[in-house]
Parts: sequence; C-alpha cells; structure tokens
Amino acid sequence: MRIPVDPSDWLILIPEFILLGTAIAILMIDAFAKAASDRSSPWISLAGTAGAIVAAVFLWGNPLSGFGGMIVNDDFGVLVSTAILTGTALAVLISVDYVRREELPAGEYYALILLSTIGMLLMVSSANLIMIFLSLEVLSIALYVLTGFARMRPRSQEAGMKYFLLGSFSAAILVYGVALIYGATGTVDLQSIADELISPGVLGNPVLLAGAGLVLVGLGFKVAAVPFQMWTPDVYEGAPSTVAAFMSIGSKAAAFAALVRVLIFAMGGLRPEWLAAVWVIAALTMTVGNLVAIAQDNIKRMLAYSSIAHAGYILVAVAAANRLGLQSIPFYLIAYAFMNLGAWAVVTAVTRKGEEAVGLSDYSGLFWSHPVLAGSMGLFMFALAGIPPTAGFTAKIYVFMAAVAADMIGLLIIAIVTTIISAYFYLRVTVIMFMERPAEPPVVTVPTPLAVAIAVAAAGTIWLFLFPGVTQSFTDTVARLL
Amino acid sequence: MFTYAWLVPGLPLLGTIINGIFGRFLPRKVVGTLASALVGGSFLVSVAVFIQLLGLPEEERHVTSALYTWISAGNFFAEAGILIDPLSVFMMLVVSGVGFFIHVYSTGYMGHDEGYSRYFTYLNLFAASMLILVMANNFLLLFVGWELVGICSYLLISFWYSRPSAVAAGKKAFITTRVGDLGFTLGVVLIFVAFGTLAYDQVFAAAGEVATGVITAITVLLFIGAIGKSAQIPLYVWLPDAMEGPTPVSALIHAATMVTAGVYLVARASPLYVHAPGVLLIVAFVGAVTALFAATIALVNNDIKRVLAYSTISQIGLMFLGVGVGAFAAGLFHLLTHAFFKALLFLGAGSVMHALAGETDIRNMGGLRGKMQVTYWTFLVAGLAIAGIAPLSGFFSKDEILAAALTAPGGHWLLYALGLAASLLTAFYIFRLFFKAFHGEPRMSAERLERAHESPPSMTVPLVVLAIGAAVAGFVGVPGFLAPEAGWTHAVAHFLEPGLAREPLVEAELPPAIGVMLMLIALAVGIAGIAAAWHFYVRRPGTAARLAQRAPAVYNTLLNKYWVDEAYNALFVRPGKALAAFFWRGIDAAVVDGFVNGVARAVAGLSLLVRRTETGYLRNYALAIFAGAVVLVGYLISTR
Repeated sequence: MRIPVDPSDWLILIPEFILLGTAIAILMIDAFAKAASDRSSPWISLAGTAGAIVAAVFLWGNPLSGFGGMIVNDDFGVLVSTAILTGTALAVLISVDYVRREELPAGEYYALILLSTIGMLLMVSSANLIMIFLSLEVLSIALYVLTGFARMRPRSQEAGMKYFLLGSFSAAILVYGVALIYGATGTVDLQSIADELISPGVLGNPVLLAGAGLVLVGLGFKVAAVPFQMWTPDVYEGAPSTVAAFMSIGSKAAAFAALVRVLIFAMGGLRPEWLAAVWVIAALTMTVGNLVAIAQDNIKRMLAYSSIAHAGYILVAVAAANRLGLQSIPFYLIAYAFMNLGAWAVVTAVTRKGEEAVGLSDYSGLFWSHPVLAGSMGLFMFALAGIPPTAGFTAKIYVFMAAVAADMIGLLIIAIVTTIISAYFYLRVTVIMFMERPAEPPVVTVPTPLAVAIAVAAAGTIWLFLFPGVTQSFTDTVARLL
Repeated sequence: MFTYAWLVPGLPLLGTIINGIFGRFLPRKVVGTLASALVGGSFLVSVAVFIQLLGLPEEERHVTSALYTWISAGNFFAEAGILIDPLSVFMMLVVSGVGFFIHVYSTGYMGHDEGYSRYFTYLNLFAASMLILVMANNFLLLFVGWELVGICSYLLISFWYSRPSAVAAGKKAFITTRVGDLGFTLGVVLIFVAFGTLAYDQVFAAAGEVATGVITAITVLLFIGAIGKSAQIPLYVWLPDAMEGPTPVSALIHAATMVTAGVYLVARASPLYVHAPGVLLIVAFVGAVTALFAATIALVNNDIKRVLAYSTISQIGLMFLGVGVGAFAAGLFHLLTHAFFKALLFLGAGSVMHALAGETDIRNMGGLRGKMQVTYWTFLVAGLAIAGIAPLSGFFSKDEILAAALTAPGGHWLLYALGLAASLLTAFYIFRLFFKAFHGEPRMSAERLERAHESPPSMTVPLVVLAIGAAVAGFVGVPGFLAPEAGWTHAVAHFLEPGLAREPLVEAELPPAIGVMLMLIALAVGIAGIAAAWHFYVRRPGTAARLAQRAPAVYNTLLNKYWVDEAYNALFVRPGKALAAFFWRGIDAAVVDGFVNGVARAVAGLSLLVRRTETGYLRNYALAIFAGAVVLVGYLISTR
C-alpha cells in the first residue's frame, strides 16, 4: 500500500520532531562532551519540551489529518498532548538533582525520556491501529530501559525485566486484537472501522468483538486497569522515582487517548456490547486500587495503587462515552499530571542515608521540620483524594456528572464510595506529617529545580480548581468531536 | 464596566496571601502598614465604583460583571461574578471604610502581640470575605463569602488560642452560627431546585412565578441563616462571648462585617421577601423583640465589652425591625450609622482597656475623664449618637425605623412600642456605661490610676475620624419633609431604593406633622434615658443598687441574662453531648469502628490474598492478564 504524503502533513508532527531533534542533540553532546552533557542535558530537554508545548498549542483549533489518515491532529489530541508534555517537563525538573544523586548517565536518561514522550505523542495522534501499536512500542521500549536504569540496584533491574516481559506479552495480545479487527472489517483505519460498523454483518461479528476485547486488554495494561495492573506496584517501586513519576502520567495519558479513539470514535457503535465490560473493569479498578492502597506502608507502592485507582475514574468517563465524559478525560489527565507529579516530586526530596525514604513512617512530623514541603504534600494528597480546593475535586465532579448524564448510577455509587475509601490512605499521609512527632527526621533536600516543580504542580492544582473554565472552554470544543 | 471592582475583595485577599506566607519574616511595621493600606486601597476603589455608579442614570445602576465561569457541568452552571448596584456599593463602602480604620487602630492596639502577622492575615481575610459576600451576583458566591466570614470569625474570636475561654468562645460562635448556616444552605439549595439557577437576576425576575409556599420556605430558611449570623433571638448567644477576641475584632464583627450580613441578606433578597409578607412580619417581630430583650440585659451587665455586645444585638434587632416592615432603606441606613458609632464605641472601650491594662469591669473604672480627653469626648459623641439625640447620626436612622414601624403598611403599633422601649433602655445603658467609666470617683487601684494614659495616635486618630462620622453620617438621610422647599431629600433612601423591592409594600408618604411628632417623641425618649442614667449614677450614686435590692428577682434575672445560656446548656448542649457520647460509645465505637475494623480486617485479609497473587512471579502476573483476556473476550463474544 502506498501512503500519500502531502508536504503539509509534516506540520502535524512538529512537536514530535522538536523532541526528536532535542533527543539527538543530547545524545551527540553526550557522545563527544560527556561532562558538558551531564550539566546541560536537563535544560536542553526542558527547552525541547517547552518548544513542543508551544508547537502543540499552535496546532490548537486546527483539525488536520495526514499521512493517509494515519495521523490526526484534533483538539482532543492537543489537550492530552499538553497533559503529557506538562508531565514530561515536570519530570525533567525533578530529575535534575535526582539523576546526579543516583549517578545515572544523564545524557541517555534525558534522551530516553524524550524518545518515550515522542511515542506518547504519536499514540495520541494515531488514527490507525497499526500506528497505535507502533507508537506503543516506541514509548514502551524507552520506558523498559528507564525502569531498569538504576543498574546498580537489583530491584530496578528486576522491575525493568518484569515490565519488559509483561509489556511485550500484552503488546502481543494487542497486535492479535488488531489482526482480528482487520480480519472482520478489512481495515485498520479507525474512521473506516467506524464506517464499517454500520453494516449489520460486521456489527455482530464475533471476530470483531474478540479483536476489540484483545485491544482493550493491551491498552488496559498500559493504563493499569484491573486485572491487568499487577505489574504497576512492582515497577513503580523498583523504577527510579522520577521514571515512575514520568510514566504514571505520560503512558497513562497516551493509552487513554488511544482507548478513547478506539472505543468511542471507532467502535462507538459497539458500545452496547463493550459497555458492561468497561463498566466492570472500571468498577474493579477503582475498588482494587483504592482498597489495596490502604494496606501499603511504602509510599511508592501506595502511589502506584493510587494511579491504578485514578485509571478507574477515567474509565468511568470512557464508559459514559458522552460529551461530558469526553470533556472530562483531558481535564482529568491535566489535573492528574499536576497533582500526581507533585506528590512524586516530594517523594524524591525525602531521603535517609542517601537512599530514598519510602516508608510512610519516614514522613512522620515532616511538617514540623519542613512546613512548606509537607504543606505541598498535604495539598497533593487532598487533590488525589478529590477534596476541594483542588483540581482533583473538579476533575472528579466532571467524571461524576458524566456518569450521571450516561445514567450509570451504579458505577457512580461505586466511584463515590471508593473515593471516600481513598480519603483514608491519602489523609493518613497528612496525619502522619502533621500530627505525629518525628522520631528521627529524614534528610530533606529541595534543590531549586525540584522546588520549582513542586511550586508549579501546586499552583496548577489550585489553579484548575479556581479557574476550571479556562480548560473547560477548551474541552468544550473537544466535546463537539462526538 | 465595573470589572475592576474585583480589586475590592482582591486587595485584602492579596494582603492575606502576602502576610500569611511571608508575614513571619517581615518587620511588624511592614505587615501592619501593608494590611491597612490594602484595605484602604479597596476603600478607594469602592469610592471610584461609587462615583462611576452615580454617573449612570438611575435605571442603569445595576451592572453584573461575570469574572469567570467557575464550573459548568450539565445543567448546573456557576460563575463567579460581581454585582454592582446601589446596595452592594453601599455595603462595600461601609465594610472597606470602617474596616480600614479598624485596621489602622489595630496596628497600635496589637502592637505588642506575638501573633501580629497572623492577626493581620486573618483580619484582611475577614474584610475580603465580607466584601465577597456583599458583591456576589449569585447565591453560590454569596454562600462562599458567608462561609468564609464564619471561619474568619472563628479564627479571630479564638485568636488568643492559649486561653481556654477564647477557644470556647470561638467554638460557640462557630457552632451557633452553624445552626443558622444550615438554614441558609437549605435555602440556597431550595432556590436552585425552585428556580433552576442561583443568579440573583434570574431568581428575582422569576420570584412572582413560583408558588407562595416555596417562596415562604425559601425566605424562612434564608432568615434562619440571617438570625445566626446577625445574632438575633434565639441564636444571639455567641455574640457576647465573642468578646474574648481582641477588641478591634469585636469592632469589626459588630460594626462592619459578620453581624450586618444577615441584614444585607434580607435586603438583597427583598424581591423574594415581598412575596412572603408573613415572613416579613416574623422578621420584624424577631427584630423588635430582640432589640428590647438584649437592651434589658445590657442594663445591668458590668463588662464594658459585653454591654456593647448586647447593644449590638439590640441595634441589629432594630435594623431587622426596619427591613421587616418593608423599610429596607431605613434598615440599611441604620446599618450605616450603627457602623460608625458602634465601631467608635468599641474602639473607645478598647482605648480604655488599653489604658487600664486590659480591665473590662466598669465597677473598677471611673474618673477617667481627665486622663483621656480624646477617648472621653469621642465616646460621648458615640453615646449621644446611639441614644438617638438630634442631630447625631443615630437619631435620624432610628427615628426612621420607628416611624416606619408605626406607619408603614407592614407596621404595627406593638412593633413601634417595642422599638421605642428599646430606645429608652439604649440611652440609659449606654450612659450608665459612660458615667461609670469616665465620671465619679476612680475605683481602680492607685497604681493603675497612675499608669492610666491616653492611647497612641494610631488609636486616637481613628477615634476622631469615626466620631466625625458618627456625628454627621445622619445628614445623608434627613427626611425630606423637614425642609421640602430647600430641596432636602433622603439621600440614602433615594440612592438605595431603586435596587430594593418596594412595589407590593408602597410606603405611605408621611404627613410632616406626624413625622415631626414622631421625631420629638424619639428625641424625648432618648433624653429621658440619659437623664435617668445621670440621676442614677452621677447625681445619686447608689440609686441603682437600692433599686436592685428592692427587686432582686428582676435584677438577678437580668444579671444572669435570663439564664438563656444555662437553658441552652441544659436543653441542647448537654443532651447534645449525651447524644454524642451515645453515638461515640454506642454507635461509633461499637458499630462503626466495628465495621471499620471489620473492613480493615477484611482489607488486611484481602491484601494478604492480593499479596499472595503479588508473588513477584512473572508467570502469575501473565496468567492474570491471560485469564482477564479470556474472560473479556468470552464475554464480548457472548453478547452477540
């Protein structure tokens, strides 16, 4: 098959190309001037990310489709890309000191972060099942390496290996699903699939349904939906914290974008069939994520379960598949980027004997020695729990409204009950920080880049609560895509 | 057009942020000056808004500016917007103007306090909250301001948190007003249910189309909220205890913020209230009874600040009497004059306490006249104003309320009689306070008398400015019938009335003869009260004690404030605590904790189970994915 390429098609990929150029530049500097690269690569990547954000914003309100319809630019994609790039920029900021402290090879680290981001952005813009698979691989392979990047730590290596094997396994399932869908419809183009669904022969085809199920498994793995979530705590715990922070935003956001494109845009006609499945997965994900998080005393594992639980809430919006749902997904992802990265940023700041202090008890009385840091952590915990005045509250409200509009009262009740349960373990962190006296205070280092990241995350968390309208006027246009 | 008006609450809010974060590191001078200057700035902006508003033709003086859409999901839509109309501008001027002088005064009064920056953080937030409350263009934002005011009062009343009595008072204020807030919240929810919107414009425009029963319910619920915030019967008990806070805070609560919120609410919602005349009658009676009731308690109390607290309750009662009979402008006019003389009385009391090392018992005062000239004269002005002596401000506003109580269509002679009796007692108790503090023999220790001194200029200058206000503020509301040929008009009423609902309650124009007669009666009552106080405490000291001996039952009832606190304790607090204890031991500890512990145990068991699956073995994880895939695909295929 020949793919017609119009010169203007390249416009769509400007953010990706900016990141690619930045990554190559970092690798070149790293190859020829190692010392300079250690110092400069975080700032170069930050500049590249900023450039990509500007380019992405430039593409706003300018629906484009290129490369024979394989890549699209729409407002939904731009918003999710913004969430991903925000996450990347914040992750780079919190990495500056971390990479130095852990003596990770800086050039490779930042280059891999950028390469993975490229995969995420491509996935967001994919309008074709093959593109979704390819970009999934691009983002994943860089992440596998990053997960095992702390080569001196066996846990990091183990996590990297596990992530790689399970990721490959689920990617294989995804490809198999793509093959089945192609078999049933004769196309891998999402728009054509949607058109095909009109004919009754295709609609009830078990091959198509099986393919849809397998694609759902592959993407469910990436967003960490139950029962495909088991890798998450192990990988988040073993991976360098900055990498865990990065992937908890980016790969989740990218996979959700693909999920929306496949389930809602392409297979919206099959909603009666897939609704119950997504409903059950969302309910399980919220319940298991929040319930098991209670039992954790390792903050990294707790945040891993928290990220599983949040995937469940976004799945509620996917299941709703209405305008409000479509609006709430980018909003939720952007809010989540701020509040979750903020929490991870604090985690990297608290150390003991040169190691990250990951036990919840390490945070006891943190407020009394570091009031601002503990206050920020408290804010992020409130946000993740969905308590005002934070973005987490607004994001959950939108999702709940979408569930109401879709008449999914049962799922709404589960979402609300699990939100209440989640308050327990989020607020426990706050209680430990504010109400307990420290036995032996941990070492807290907050270098300027980290402080900036925390400040930006905190400001974003509050800003999106006070002025959700700004984002919302954007998400309004997203809703028109339905 | 008035978008810049967001600066009015914005400036004090900025002060809260700056002082809240950096206050600890800044010199005191910067903290206090910044806080005062920002409130002063918000006053100047209010003045600019006022002037611009006056430039508009009367029927266009109602401008809504949407600042931004806060949330819109489905059919629920909430925007943060400000409404500039005569009523909100009037309140902005009072709040920021009086608030400014209280800030300046505080820089002196709190000068030596440890929590200086914390104090100004709260004080600025208090002013900002109240400004949000009065400027909102919808009930949701009003609710935000309403709640913020509640939390600020709690923070400031229990400002000296190491004193158990202050903490208890803060709690009492918060919990008591909470009872009212519940009514208010329900009222707002009911408005949304009935009208489908919370924006003032749309709600008020549709007021006539909603069933009378619903309007009655809404207005009663809103009034319950007003009762709590404005300290009326039966929810007034928190206000006297609120004296535990620093004195300028009392001045702010009593004169400019918080307690006036209830009056504002009824006036703002006047388009709803006019459709519920029965509720208005309740408002008027609650106000009139409270006015008299609180005044009787003030007669015998010996704490200078508590007398003023009961005086506030009584005066707010008069305002509710005014709005209750449909004379919304008169009630608001009294709010204005009261802001001046009550702030002045409190700051004067604070000045006295400052001189006497915190003494508040008037039995230990006396003879301070020579020691503090400025405080003495300004206090006298305030006393004459509240007693209703012409031509000071209180005279005009009080007279107008009393006249309306008698002659307005919603009025009643009983309301007039209650108000008149309250006025008589007011003149008496305020001059009892005045004579006992400043005249007669000094009753404090010689050492204290020695040290008694006039307060610093940061405190006396606000006293003088407020005294001028208390003296002349009444002239903006001189009734037109006094000199119609000179073109005198009632400026306040003229300014405010286009924004207030009047149609169903058109006031009968008062014939000048009756108007003048009512004025003379009010004046005579005021003079009689003062004369009685003079007779009791200056000419024949000891008269009061003999009177108390002759009627000990009455005296003790008043001295113990009708045992209302005791009754509330027995009726609500103790049963409430018993109920709480029952819920704690019987329900919470046994059932809820049992359930929670059960859940926790179940979770622990579950987490054990999950841990068993979380073996760390890849093959198990892969199996889970595979099993999930099989079930999912199996289900999907089965749907066809």
